[in-house]
Amino acid sequence: MSTSIETITLPPQLTPTTATARRSDFPLIPVIILGVIAFTAVFANFLAPHNPEVGSLTARFHPPFWQQGGSMEHVLGTDQLGRDVLSRLIFGARVSMVVGFTAVIFAGVVGTVLGILAGYLGGWVDQLVMRITDAWLALPALTFAIFLAAIVGPSMWNIVIILGAVYWTRYARVVRGEVLSLKEREFVRLAIVAGCSKWTIMRRHILPNVVNSAIVLATLMLGVVIVAEASLSFLGVGVPPPQPAWGLMLSDGKQGLMVGYWWLTIFPGICIMLMVLSANLLGDWLRVKLDPQLRQL
Amino acid sequence: MKQFITRRLGYSLLSLLVLSLTIFFFVRVTGDPASLLVEPGASEADIAAIHQKFGLDKPLWIQYALFMWSLFHGDLGQSFYYQTPVFELYLDRLPQSLLLALVAMGFSLIVGIPSGILAAVNVGRFWDSFGKMFTLLGLSLPSFFVGLVLILLFTVYLGWLPSSGAGGPLHLIMPAFALGWYFAAAHMRMTRSSMLEVLGSEYVKLARLKGLPQVLVIGKHAFKNALIPVLTLAGINLVLMINVAVVVETVFAWPGIGRLLYEGISFRDFPVVQGVVIMGGTMIIAVNLLVDVVYAVIDPRIRLEK
Repeated sequence: MSTSIETITLPPQLTPTTATARRSDFPLIPVIILGVIAFTAVFANFLAPHNPEVGSLTARFHPPFWQQGGSMEHVLGTDQLGRDVLSRLIFGARVSMVVGFTAVIFAGVVGTVLGILAGYLGGWVDQLVMRITDAWLALPALTFAIFLAAIVGPSMWNIVIILGAVYWTRYARVVRGEVLSLKEREFVRLAIVAGCSKWTIMRRHILPNVVNSAIVLATLMLGVVIVAEASLSFLGVGVPPPQPAWGLMLSDGKQGLMVGYWWLTIFPGICIMLMVLSANLLGDWLRVKLDPQLRQL
Repeated sequence: MKQFITRRLGYSLLSLLVLSLTIFFFVRVTGDPASLLVEPGASEADIAAIHQKFGLDKPLWIQYALFMWSLFHGDLGQSFYYQTPVFELYLDRLPQSLLLALVAMGFSLIVGIPSGILAAVNVGRFWDSFGKMFTLLGLSLPSFFVGLVLILLFTVYLGWLPSSGAGGPLHLIMPAFALGWYFAAAHMRMTRSSMLEVLGSEYVKLARLKGLPQVLVIGKHAFKNALIPVLTLAGINLVLMINVAVVVETVFAWPGIGRLLYEGISFRDFPVVQGVVIMGGTMIIAVNLLVDVVYAVIDPRIRLEK
């Protein structure tokens, strides 16, 4: 019985190392883009050449400077009320940044706290939080947001609250899952033996361990929230006019689209796209970097 | 089996209950619901009539019972603008939404599945990176921007396609593309990961050991199994497409449910908004239940899981 077992080496089908290595490279360009947008948002008052909310009706629909009829006075042209597009884009960055960050943080805090409570306390708290989460996740986020916006009426801060109310469920679900496995770990048991109260354990031992996931999720949610804000503004239930928001500009731009006033659509669209793309790239990188277990998030 | 379905059904009913409570609660917590339920500029008497009709002067739990009672009878209220029951409006618009969703789904599968397979077979190489870029773009580009750019290109500059409304097949192309774009990316990602999982399994290794050519391994052995999760996702997404098309339908003036929701917002027609939300949530909960049950029937392992 000396049948030698032939060993066949299959060519490796998966080469995750190269993929991960490339992906964990620091996303420099997205960070620069987000940095520039943040800078613009903060210093909008100094950067904008014109008042974003006031235009002159004699200067309507001016094209960007390189097209015939355009001038350096309005570098990226003017809209249907003669307002300067560049200035509106610059102030629009502020709206996107403020709504995006505050809504993500608001949703994150609510979701993380409820996720920890549900996961650690279990019992009826868990049931209550998770049933609400399940039911709310069943509604398409945008439809839910439209419904809430129709009730409370449009304003920038209402949008923040609405988006927070819609998106906290995503955090709650992920955080609860993490807490369920964390609470079986040695260090939590030791803390219980040492006589820590439930609150102390949740605050001092559980929370620091779920913060990473929450941050990764927050970065990934930033893009989602910005698109949601733009969609709401586009539909007329978001940031009310004449405030400059990118989604609102796209909605206004529709009027001029059919006659070829492309700059009213393309510029705000590119701004949204760049910001969302950058947030997603940064989120992807953070996910690999901070939280290797959560790659399937 | 029976136990599984009962439990799953129970969860769905619970979700529906929570959903109805949420909607009921939000409408009432933000002030007098009568102000939402009457037409803008209604008289005192109209408001009093609404209070009477919906029993807004009664205790909350009776109000909720009344609310649920009319829901069970398919009564979603009366539209202010159209002066017809919301439920009828919804059913009128449903076929158009379904048509758009089906075409968009077809498009997203035709793009998503082959590119997903291509990416899975070439992990870490050109097609995979290309696919990754494509997914990222698909998930990052808001559909209304895609739609507006399409109009600019194909209607304004080239004059090939009509920009709005429903009619011939030409009207479908741009809205279906704008709607399917995001889902194509999602389907591609799903195909890729599902394919990778199957390719790592024992029976595919065996097929390779037998010396089968790559085409047969992929096409005959791996593909069929990898397709199951993708088609499940597609089924859920079809229902989702009907309910998230509001932006795309607004851009292209497509007369579907999304457009109905948009009209509801613009005309301050609150019963319409509420009706669309209720119907959407119910449909999605129902399809999730259906998927779970079908999976349990096919795969006994799921049934036994807690």
